[in-house]
This record gives sequence, structure tokens and C-alpha cells, in this order.
Amino acid sequence: MSSESQQILTTDGIPLEVSLKKAERRNKIKAFLLVAPLLLFLIITYVFPIGDMLMRSVDDKMVTEMLPKTFKAMEKWNGKELPEEEVFEAFYLDFRQLVDEKREGKLSTQLNYTKNGFKSIIKKLRRKSKNFEEGNYKEQIMAVHKRWADVEYWKAIKRRAPAFTGQKYLKGMDMYKNENGEIVSVEEDRRIHRILWLRTLEIAFFVTLFCFLMAYPIAHLLATLPMKYSNLLMICVLLPFWTSLLVRTASWMILLQQQGVVNDLFVGIGLVADDARPQMMYNKTGTYVAMTQILLPFMVLPLYSVMKTISPSLMRAGKSLGGTPIVAFWKVYFPLTIPGIGAGCLLCFILAIGYYITPALVGGASGTLISNQIAFHMKSTLDWSFASAMGLMLLSGVLAIYWVYNKLVGIDNIKLG
Amino acid sequence: MNKEFVKFDKVDKSYDGKTLVVKDLQLDIEEGEFVTMLGPSGSGKTTCLMMLAGFETPTHGEIYLDGKAISSIPPHKRGIGMVFQNYALFPHMTVYENLAFPLRVRKIPKDEADKKIDKALSMVSLQGFADRMPGQLSGGQQQRVAVARSLVFDPQLVLMDEPLGALDKNLRESMQYEIKHIHESIGVTVVYVTHDQSEALTMSNRIAVFNDGKVQQLSSPDELYEKPVNSFVAEFIGENNTFAGEVSDISGGKCKVKVANTEILANPISVKGKGEKTKISLRPERALINPSDKMDNIHTGKIEEVIYHGDHTRVRINLLGNNEFILKVPNSSANMDIKLGKDIKIGWNSEDARALDPK
Repeated sequence: MSSESQQILTTDGIPLEVSLKKAERRNKIKAFLLVAPLLLFLIITYVFPIGDMLMRSVDDKMVTEMLPKTFKAMEKWNGKELPEEEVFEAFYLDFRQLVDEKREGKLSTQLNYTKNGFKSIIKKLRRKSKNFEEGNYKEQIMAVHKRWADVEYWKAIKRRAPAFTGQKYLKGMDMYKNENGEIVSVEEDRRIHRILWLRTLEIAFFVTLFCFLMAYPIAHLLATLPMKYSNLLMICVLLPFWTSLLVRTASWMILLQQQGVVNDLFVGIGLVADDARPQMMYNKTGTYVAMTQILLPFMVLPLYSVMKTISPSLMRAGKSLGGTPIVAFWKVYFPLTIPGIGAGCLLCFILAIGYYITPALVGGASGTLISNQIAFHMKSTLDWSFASAMGLMLLSGVLAIYWVYNKLVGIDNIKLG
Repeated sequence: MNKEFVKFDKVDKSYDGKTLVVKDLQLDIEEGEFVTMLGPSGSGKTTCLMMLAGFETPTHGEIYLDGKAISSIPPHKRGIGMVFQNYALFPHMTVYENLAFPLRVRKIPKDEADKKIDKALSMVSLQGFADRMPGQLSGGQQQRVAVARSLVFDPQLVLMDEPLGALDKNLRESMQYEIKHIHESIGVTVVYVTHDQSEALTMSNRIAVFNDGKVQQLSSPDELYEKPVNSFVAEFIGENNTFAGEVSDISGGKCKVKVANTEILANPISVKGKGEKTKISLRPERALINPSDKMDNIHTGKIEEVIYHGDHTRVRINLLGNNEFILKVPNSSANMDIKLGKDIKIGWNSEDARALDPK
């Protein structure tokens, strides 16, 4: 008996499925209308900006729009020897247009990014091109400067033809496309981004580890203490949440500076000499200490919520069956807290990897993270497309971690409370 | 057999330093015995079990297991099996791994452990369930796994803390028999805690009735029911009719108790002399309607309520000022004249009316 042959009808003769859908439609619409404002909010504040960021990071239309005729003419050029007359003519026409609109300066800046040496020859071309005669532009342009007769410079122009580029991403990895279109790394002493990425991962990893080591006993205590004490302790854990992030970071600066409370204490108990106070701020140590303290609640809460559900009789059972307290903990209690550990670590790691204010304030030169570099390009160099590219690299890194985590532990095993 | 396999010797327990949860507990349990600690919640029975298991320490006194004082031995070295109220199966381990846990920590080789696990699973008729996770089992099956796990490492003593509390009535009853049969077949000593008296009566060799931190009576189920030593036990175990009164005469193993201007002949259990206040306890099935003249207590009461129960009829009678006097009348054709509002003659033997403490 197949299920298709047995369509169930209601008493009115309408198929049951249709009837069910009709009955549920109103509820579905209601439910959708309830979430619609949030959905709209998310689309406006999240999906659009990220989409815009993605566009900005690969956008390279500026040159494409400035030299439309040139690039059209270049389509037929084989890209090896000097181009034909028509390319020169198209370039001349585009260039005249730009000069009329006073935009040739921007072109020279952009082309100079691609290859050094464009700035001066474009300036020269602007001066000389006023007196160009009609026809045989190739000869006239090549006569302006010998670089105009160098095929490498024409290749450089052609490289700017596509409207989209991945070069910002390459730059984020300290790589670039050379004249031959090969992807190569920049010189060793100029690789700042790789160092920053690795440092970001390292700091995020260790902050997560420290958070875990500190939060596990606290969460256990919270979950096992009687209610009246555990509430008080919970307030202590949450108190930092109610204080501004900036204030917390600033108070760490007071504590950690060389004449600060912690150093005074070290000197006071004779741990270090007065003239050899350790530098604990404006370096990695400061970043570690402050970030661990700030991210601790994000580890404690998921752990606590999982531990709260573990019946104390399980540990008792483990002991009564002959397991030492350590064995009972390791074989019974610990495996049951893994969902909380997973959630807490993922949360801490992802928050740490994109942390900005704290490293900016206490990190100094050796304690800053990739997010500080992104902010630098947004505020100082105004290279927004590069900042967007690095932002997206960070985002995809986080998604990759999420994916790996899902493969290893399974996202269903996460428990946030 | 060791008569004092488990021995509580003058054990006190206090949690807050102000009140005693267990008071001067003296209790001996024989090897191979099934002893139930029965009592209302808060009577100290679970605390006693936890002290025996090692999860609580006695405030005063000592507990002996097979002659050895165990107060200073941590739980994992006591070698006592335990079944917990909510099974306490390890949810991240299969049934097999749950059972293997106590064997693994004892470093028992795998082939020997497998044999023991097979045996334990067949004992609770769960062969073929080894690879299931506890979450995939029903409540009754989980309970059986818990029982098997507590027995798999051959402990001499197994503690059970209200293990059937979470099961429904039918399952509970069948599990009662099952646990009883397991106990009989392997001869392990069992200390069982429950607040369900029918469970205690069904399963135990001896029952310790707890109230207010003290053992009120420790005896076999039949003795507990037939011969309660005080009013608490009489009222806690089974149904009970009571008359409060004052002893007016006591002689020759009988006493006269003045109740509502009448005198009842009773069996003096805890009364010693004239003028003492007492409470008479009489089991409903020991009082008969249409009594024979041989009975030394015959009184007349008025039928207040009749409830049909199939095999018997419960009759509530106003007798000697007690409006709650219950009679259980077996369903037979001779007893068809029980009608509401009728006066009825009721009789019992003075031996069955136990004059206990007034409480």
C-alpha cells in the first residue's frame, strides 16, 4: 500500500494537507510579521554594510572609467610588444578628456600605485599634449618621454583594465602581483600583515586558553554552591559587564603601569628590584591580562549553564563505582561539560580575534592586533578598500574556525544556556 | 553469616550544628540481608545511606563494614555498589561503557570484564542493549542498567536510594519483584531506602522505620504490620483505627481503656499502670461485623459511608466517638445488608487492640 494512493480527505472533501496548510497559514503570517522588523533591521544594518564592504574591497573601477576607450582598444593588443597606433590614439583621447576635467592627477596617482614612474611622465604628457597634431599619436606620445616607449608601462596600464581586483587581499597577506602577473611576497622586512595575523591568532588562542583555565573552576563553584552564595558570586562575575569597557581597560592601565599598583606590590614583597620594574603594559602582557579579564564572563556563563544541568549524583556514582575523584571528574564530569567548553571557547576566540579597544590602549606596538591595523587604514590612510579587504579576511577566518569547529565538535553540541 | 556485617554504632549526624538529623543510631545489618530504611521525607533515612556510602561523614559515632571502621575511608575505596534515585547513568557512555566503568577503574582485564558485563546484563534481562545510550532507553530499562552497574563489580553491599521513585505504578511493582529475585539469587546484602511502605513490605527481610532521626522499629515486615511497637509505626504502616483514652485497669496481660464513656479491652504494649494516657491501634481487617460471642470487645456503631472496592467494601463507621473507624468487609453474599445510616455491631479480640503510647 503506497502512501500516494491513500490521500486523506477531510469531511468536506478537501485533501487533508491543503486543509492543514490553510489552517496554519494565518499563524505563519503572524509569526513572520513578528520577526519582520528584526529581519529588516538585520538586512539594513548587517547584510547591506557587509555587501558594501565586499564590493569596496574588490572595487577597482576608477581607472577603468577614466580610460574607457584605451581599454577597449587594448582588447586586441597581444600585450607583448608595444601596442598599435589605435591604442595610442584612444589613450590620447581619454587623456585629453581627463585633462579637460582636471582629473589627470588622479590617474597618475592610481597608475603610480601599479608602477612607479607614471607621475612624472603623465605630467610631461599633459604639458606636451596641448601641442599634439592630429594623427600618428604613437610617435608623438613616444617622443614625450622614453618610458612611453617602454612596453612595461603599457602593460601596467592594461593591468588596471578590470573593474575588480583582488590586490587588496594580496596586500593583506603581504603579497602582490608583479609585472608578469605572478603572485609574490613582499620583501621580508616589509611583511607587517602576516606578523599581525599570526599575532592575532596567537593572542586570541592564549586569551581563550587563559579564560578557560580560570573560568572552569569558577563555573564549577557557581554551579555547586548553594543558591545564596552562588548568586553573590554570579554578580561578581557579571559586574565587569556593567562597567564600561573603556573604564575597565583604563583601570588595567592604572594597575599595570611601571609605577602602578601591581609593580609596587612586586617591589614591596621583594619580587623585583625597584629599578628593574617589569614592563607589563604597551606590550603583549598588557593585552593578555586585560583581554582575559574582559572576556572571562563569556567563558564562565556557557560553562555555568552546562554545569548547572549536570546532576551531582553522577560524580557520586562515579566515586561509588570505585573511581577516584580525579577519575570520576575526568571520565564523567569533564566529558559532560564539553558542550559548554566548546561554546565558551568559540565565543571567546571569535570575540578576541576581532578585539580593538583594549589592544589599542594597552597593547603598544607589540600587542596590537589586526583590528587595530584595520582601524588605522580607516582613519589615517583612508584606504577604505584595504580596510574592507582585511575586515572580510577576518570574517572569513572566523567562518573558517566555525566550520572547523562544526566538523570537529558539531555545532549542535554547543550549549549557550 | 556475619550478624554485624554493617553496624551503625551510636551515630549522630548534624548539618548545621543546631539540629540532629540522625540521633544516636544503633543498627546492625546481617550479611545477605535485605534491609529497608522506611520513613517519611526528612526522617534521616537517606542521610544514613549517604553516610554508609561515604558521601556524608557522621558527626559522632562510627560505622563498621564487615568489622572495619569506615568513616575515614573515601567512597571509592569502600567497594559499595549504589543505585541512585535518578539512576545517575553516565549519559555520554553506552550501556556497555557504563557497566565497564567500575571494572575499568579496578583494572580488570577486558575479556573477564566482558563476561561480567554479559552476566550482569542478563541478570536484568537486557542482553542486546549494550550499545545503546542511556537516553535511548525507557525509565524501567535505565533503572535495570543502574542495578546491573551497581552489581557488576561483585560488591558485598549494595545501597539503593529510592530507585523506583520515578517509575509508574505497574513498572514499579514488577521491578520490586525483579530486584527481590536478584537479591535472592546472588545473596548480596542490600540496604534500600524508600518512603513507600508497600515497596518496603514486599521486598525486605527486615524494615527499619525511621522518624525524626531515630529508628522507631526494626523488624520483619509481618511483625512490623502485626505488632507495631508505637503509635508512629502503627499509623505509618498500613491502615489503622485508633482510639485515644485513659487506662482504667491493667491486669493479666489485658488492660481496660476508658474511651467515650465505654471501656475497651486492649493489649497493653507500652502502658504500665492505671491513669496513663494511651492510644489504641486496631487494624481494619481485625474488626468484624456480626461478631461471634467469643470476641471480648463488641460495640455498636453507625455506618457513615460505604465505598465499593470490588473484592471488598470499605465501610466508615462512627464508633465510640471515632468518626473515622474503617472496616474492610470481604465481598460475600452474607454481607449484603450494609446500608448507609444503619447501626451495626462490630467486634474484635482484645489481643489485636494494641494500647500504645499516646504520642
